[in-house]
Amino acid sequence: MASTATTPSRGPYIAVITNRNTNLGIRGFMLFSIGVFLALVLNLLQVQRNVTLFPPDVISSIFSSAWWVPPCCGTASAMIGLLYPCIDSRLGEPHKFKREWSSVMRCVAVFVGINHASAKVDFANNVQLSLTLAALSIGLWWTFDRSRSGFGLGVVIALLATLSTQLLVYNGVFQYTSPDFLYIRSWLPCIFFAGVITMGNIGRQLALYECKRMSGKTHQD
Amino acid sequence: MTVRERLREKISAAFYRHGLLCASYPVPIILFTSASILACCYPLLRLPLPGTGPVEFTTRVRDYTVPSHEPQGDLGEQPDWYRGPPVAYIQPVLVKAAVSPWDSTLVPVDVFRSPLGRVFSLLEEIRNHVHDDGSGIRSLEALCLQVTDLLPGLRRMQRVLPEHGCLLVSPGNYWQNQRELFDSDPDLLKTVHQHEPKGLHTSATLRDLLFGVPVKHTGVSLYSRKRVVTYTITMVLGSYDARFLSSLRARLRQLHPSVNCSLREDHMVHVHFKEEIGMAELIPLVTTYIILFAYIYFSTRKIDMVKSKWGLALAAVVTVLSSLLMSVGLCTLFGLTPTLNGGEIFPYLVVVIGLENVLVLTKSVVSTPVDLEVKLRIAQGLSNESWSIMKNMATELCIILIGYFTLVPAIQEFCLFAVVGLVSDFFLQMFFFTTVLSIDIRRMELADLNRRLPAEAGMPLPKPGPLRPREAPPPPRPSPHTITLQTPAFRNLRLPKRLRVVYFLARTRLAQRFIMVGTVIWIGILAYTDPAGLRTYLAAQVSEQSPLGDGGAGGLPPHLGVAPVFPGPGGDPVGTLSVLPAPAEPTPLPENQSQGHHGAPGEGVPLVPQISWGAEDEEGWRRLSFRHWPSLFSYYNITLAKRYISILPVIPITLHLSPREAIETRHPQDTRHPPPPSLKTNDLPADLTLYKVAALGLAAGVLLVLLLFCLYRVLCSRNYGQNGVAHGRRRRGDLPCDDYGYSPPISEISPLLLCGHSMDIECLASDGMLLASCCLAGQIRVWDTQTGDCLTVIPKHGLRRSSSSGCWEQRDGWDAVGVAEPENLGGGTEPGGGVFDEGEGYPLRRRTTPRPALFENQPDLTPLIDTNFDSQPPSHLLLTPPRDGFDFGGLVEKAYLEHEPPSPGLTASYPSPLSGPPPQRRRSLGYIQPPAPQGQETPDWESAVWAMELRGNLIAAGRSNGKLELWDAVEGSLRCSNEDGVSGITALAFLNNRIVAARLDGSLDFFTVDINKPLGLLQYRGPPGRSNMPPSPCYSSEDVISCQLTRSVQCAHQKPITVLRAAAGRVVTGSQDHTVRVYRLEDSCCLFTLQGHSGGITAIYIDQTMVLASGGQDGAICLWDVLTGSRVSHVYGHRGDVTSLVCTTSCVISSGLDDLICIWDRSTGIKLYSIQQEVGCGASLGVISESLLVTGGQGCVSFWDLNFGDLLQTVYLGQSSDGQGVRQLVVLNNAAIVCDFGSELSLVYVPSVLEKLD
Repeated sequence: MASTATTPSRGPYIAVITNRNTNLGIRGFMLFSIGVFLALVLNLLQVQRNVTLFPPDVISSIFSSAWWVPPCCGTASAMIGLLYPCIDSRLGEPHKFKREWSSVMRCVAVFVGINHASAKVDFANNVQLSLTLAALSIGLWWTFDRSRSGFGLGVVIALLATLSTQLLVYNGVFQYTSPDFLYIRSWLPCIFFAGVITMGNIGRQLALYECKRMSGKTHQD
Repeated sequence: MTVRERLREKISAAFYRHGLLCASYPVPIILFTSASILACCYPLLRLPLPGTGPVEFTTRVRDYTVPSHEPQGDLGEQPDWYRGPPVAYIQPVLVKAAVSPWDSTLVPVDVFRSPLGRVFSLLEEIRNHVHDDGSGIRSLEALCLQVTDLLPGLRRMQRVLPEHGCLLVSPGNYWQNQRELFDSDPDLLKTVHQHEPKGLHTSATLRDLLFGVPVKHTGVSLYSRKRVVTYTITMVLGSYDARFLSSLRARLRQLHPSVNCSLREDHMVHVHFKEEIGMAELIPLVTTYIILFAYIYFSTRKIDMVKSKWGLALAAVVTVLSSLLMSVGLCTLFGLTPTLNGGEIFPYLVVVIGLENVLVLTKSVVSTPVDLEVKLRIAQGLSNESWSIMKNMATELCIILIGYFTLVPAIQEFCLFAVVGLVSDFFLQMFFFTTVLSIDIRRMELADLNRRLPAEAGMPLPKPGPLRPREAPPPPRPSPHTITLQTPAFRNLRLPKRLRVVYFLARTRLAQRFIMVGTVIWIGILAYTDPAGLRTYLAAQVSEQSPLGDGGAGGLPPHLGVAPVFPGPGGDPVGTLSVLPAPAEPTPLPENQSQGHHGAPGEGVPLVPQISWGAEDEEGWRRLSFRHWPSLFSYYNITLAKRYISILPVIPITLHLSPREAIETRHPQDTRHPPPPSLKTNDLPADLTLYKVAALGLAAGVLLVLLLFCLYRVLCSRNYGQNGVAHGRRRRGDLPCDDYGYSPPISEISPLLLCGHSMDIECLASDGMLLASCCLAGQIRVWDTQTGDCLTVIPKHGLRRSSSSGCWEQRDGWDAVGVAEPENLGGGTEPGGGVFDEGEGYPLRRRTTPRPALFENQPDLTPLIDTNFDSQPPSHLLLTPPRDGFDFGGLVEKAYLEHEPPSPGLTASYPSPLSGPPPQRRRSLGYIQPPAPQGQETPDWESAVWAMELRGNLIAAGRSNGKLELWDAVEGSLRCSNEDGVSGITALAFLNNRIVAARLDGSLDFFTVDINKPLGLLQYRGPPGRSNMPPSPCYSSEDVISCQLTRSVQCAHQKPITVLRAAAGRVVTGSQDHTVRVYRLEDSCCLFTLQGHSGGITAIYIDQTMVLASGGQDGAICLWDVLTGSRVSHVYGHRGDVTSLVCTTSCVISSGLDDLICIWDRSTGIKLYSIQQEVGCGASLGVISESLLVTGGQGCVSFWDLNFGDLLQTVYLGQSSDGQGVRQLVVLNNAAIVCDFGSELSLVYVPSVLEKLD
């Protein structure tokens, strides 16, 4: 009966959240699903609009691209989203700029807008398209990120992704309707860069919750 | 740099002046802004409404040429889509056929069988028509649009729609254009119906396509009133040949002349179809809108500390939207026509313009000092943020300008819109939003004033008007219900998933809302997709009701219709009716004449179906769904999106069939249909069916309700809200569940009432196992928190004879508790308990008789307490020293006290055992002789106990005369007392072996408790949280306890100390002089003086983890770092005093005089959510576990889930709960809470927490 110890009693839910690995898993899964969703939607944006009025397979046009593209995008976004807060903590410079969900939402909207523009707006030539998209992507970074680590990581990942896409295309696994520069669409790096920034933003915002919990815990200990 | 600084100053000053202006003249400014918005939006009226409806363009047939592909300069009002040849030319042949004169021998099927049969001969004629002029032979085959396969998904239509040939559609397609099939078809209607899609459909159906007129107008029905069958033979031509068509027209007219037909034949209509929005476009669009709404949601959620969150959020959204509208309007005004798809770029425009500035403004204004004037607050807030607003604005403009130089037209247009939108948004923020904000803040101050007055008077009146709804926490909205949990599930607070889903559904009324929204959308779709049908329907309704329309409608009930239609053989009165095109020709058709002859003599018996041609027949296709043509073409995989078709003037055909012909073409089975209803009740069938349907529907509805009611009675237990205590007690209007007429069943949690005090309880102290309470009468009682028994009463002489000390009340669910180690004394005491009341035959206490086993583990104190030896209450209860409002007493209690008759009694000395304790008690408590060791002083009964603390077995009581007393909690004896100070002790802290006393004059005294025994209090007991069981005494009564003043800080604060807390070796004091001081406990050294509040300190929290939080009268909450003395965060949370503060590892919970409980994130200082409580409660708070919060209310305590802000349960403390609020609330270690409840204490166990800890 002498057990009235005031153990820090937290609910099981909180316990699950504070469990680091589970938390990582949850975050990864959320990022993955966001990535898959965005991939599907943006892919749909690229589908040209000369579909018939009664397409017998509306749904299949969503999956018009190869089946493995959305999961790949999801995985990549999960990795990026987990990598960003990790690098932040490693570098010891926590990201302080505009850490709010509204800002993140704005970022996502701008990203979708960039994709929209690249799909729908008729540009005179590809150089103009690429330059515009590059400017927009940098603007995205400046507006929502402004961290050197974010920029570096974004550039590196965009280059890697472009390279791997080119390899895929080169090997014939994947094909564009109209490659314009060395088997590749020249605006791809810009889109990748903007996507990396966006996913990093989401990942950081998600990690913020864990940070709070962890700091609370360490404080208590 | 200096330029920048100067610029900054200037901007700041300008904003300041602007803020003053806005706050001074709110109404004119808002009027001005609205006027300018309207003015800027005015050009929008000229823009076409967006939509996907088709656009028409009419040309003359006579000089029609196929438009060329190239734009031909300015050709009048030719639309820009009118280029190139159309997809197809549509040549409708509108057939109206009737059997006339109508014979009573005819059956209903005859109305349409023979008229429909004529379609085959007509088709034959059309197909075989050959026009031959000099240039060559043309036939339909050459001109018509050749179609190939149907789309693969339309196999079921293969038999009906033409394939591999001319696209020629008529009702004959139902029978593969073969007369034999038609003749052998026993049931025509069934054939027609079997191709109809099941369920709802919004686009064109097959029946519409084949008949070419809306279903209502075909007349192919058994209950047709007009007996005129209308259908269309639709020829779809690939190329236009005027001569062929005119020859066909002439031929058909010649064969089937339409006499009274004056349809215009000189116009052809070109219909351009917009792009259909398919799934592929819709999904990204919907996604962008979802992101937009999420953005708006997350943004407006941050608006806080204002009078009306919703109002400001609305104002913010209005600002953004109207700035967009203004930008579009301005651009149109200056000649730029938007070419972009508005719906697509709208979300991006909103995101670019953003809500940030608005939020920044709000936050900045709100964080200005509350005590300033509204005008100044607005001005100051504006000027604070002016620089950043201007900077952001400039940056955005720069970015957009860069975008403008991409030289891509679409992006340029977007940028232009964005620039104008940004500027107008800035204008609106400055004028509209700022003014709205000033109005809001003024309202808030007024409301504050109204709230503050009663609160300061000490008697919080119920606030008039509806309670504000709780502000929404980020997680799901708290339920209006009291969610009642089963006992074991209470600990982890997580209901089963399915229950939570069900609760969620029930809480948000999700299903209902879905159905409502669905209905609205469906109605909208219906109205949108078939506007023509609706319109014609309405027109038909109107014309049917007006007498004029009746004439035109043809088939009339005789008693109404005959008179106007056949007034005489000569004149034709129909010509006077405006709807009918006047058949004024002097040479009527023979058929018509014969009809007239038939009709005139026999009044009312035979009826002649009138075939009339009205203006609506001229363009009969208008009555069809606007998706009619797209769907027809889409069956052959031809899209009409962004293309047009040309509809040629209709060829009217009138067919009159004789009854004989109708009878000849009859199918043998046709007569089996019911005979036609009599002519007199000609219009009844429709009405009858209507009545039937209505009656059936009503009956079905009643049945359904009854069934549901029975189901409810069967499935649900019938005693919701009826079990347990009387229902009336819960009838308080502010009980949340009352809104829905549902009161939750009472759960297992039931409070245990500890009664015994005669007056309101003032101080409560507990160390986990023991609970000490002190009432206004100066009586201290010690309770066992496990069982709820009263262990000791100090002073021992009862105040009142009838004071029911030791009484306990028990509700259900308590029986099992308290049976522990039995002692061997029970047998003797129990019977004795009843006998002790000698004098007046005091009734037997109910607890004594029934269950002896229950009390064996506790010493039976009944004889000690409940004797009536002393019928005189103590004499001098001088409870009228000046007290501060912050202290525990209220005005009411004071008044109450003064009205009480002062109880005469022992002023006295040592509490003499007037009635010697019976031997049983001695045995149980141990030997307590001698009662007065050396150093024992006389207890003081004259002054009130203002502060009390309990550690181990020692009760430290601080009195109003400055005396500090240490009592033995178990034996009730005074162990020592200290009279070094004279000023009243307002607060006490008892930590380890030190006692800190704060006095009224602002001084702070440190005492040390010495026990001259090595195994003393301090060594024996752990930290205060880990107390031992009371049966094992911490020190024996032989120990000499002395209490020495080690240090006295004379002027700890300038003003009275209001709060004193001690933990982790620190003593923290808060005073009315706006400062918080931190002392080290060991050496009484003042470490820090924390300044930051702009009002007296009212609440302080410090715990083992050195977290220090303080709240003041200014409504601010400060978090401090105790190690460095720095302020971690500073938030304004309440309007009015912060009454109580508690921290958990992750959040800070505060309650204020504004009856708001706010939950803050501890690390960031961001408000997570707040809970609006009832008026006049919410001062007491407690945290049971990391996620379980307890608040006191009016006669109840409420349990909240801290993670989500959900109300978990409300426990009512007593029967007469009204008016008594819970003022103090102590959370015990064994997962119980104790709260004072008037003169009683209430012990509420949270059972599952107890289980978990054990």
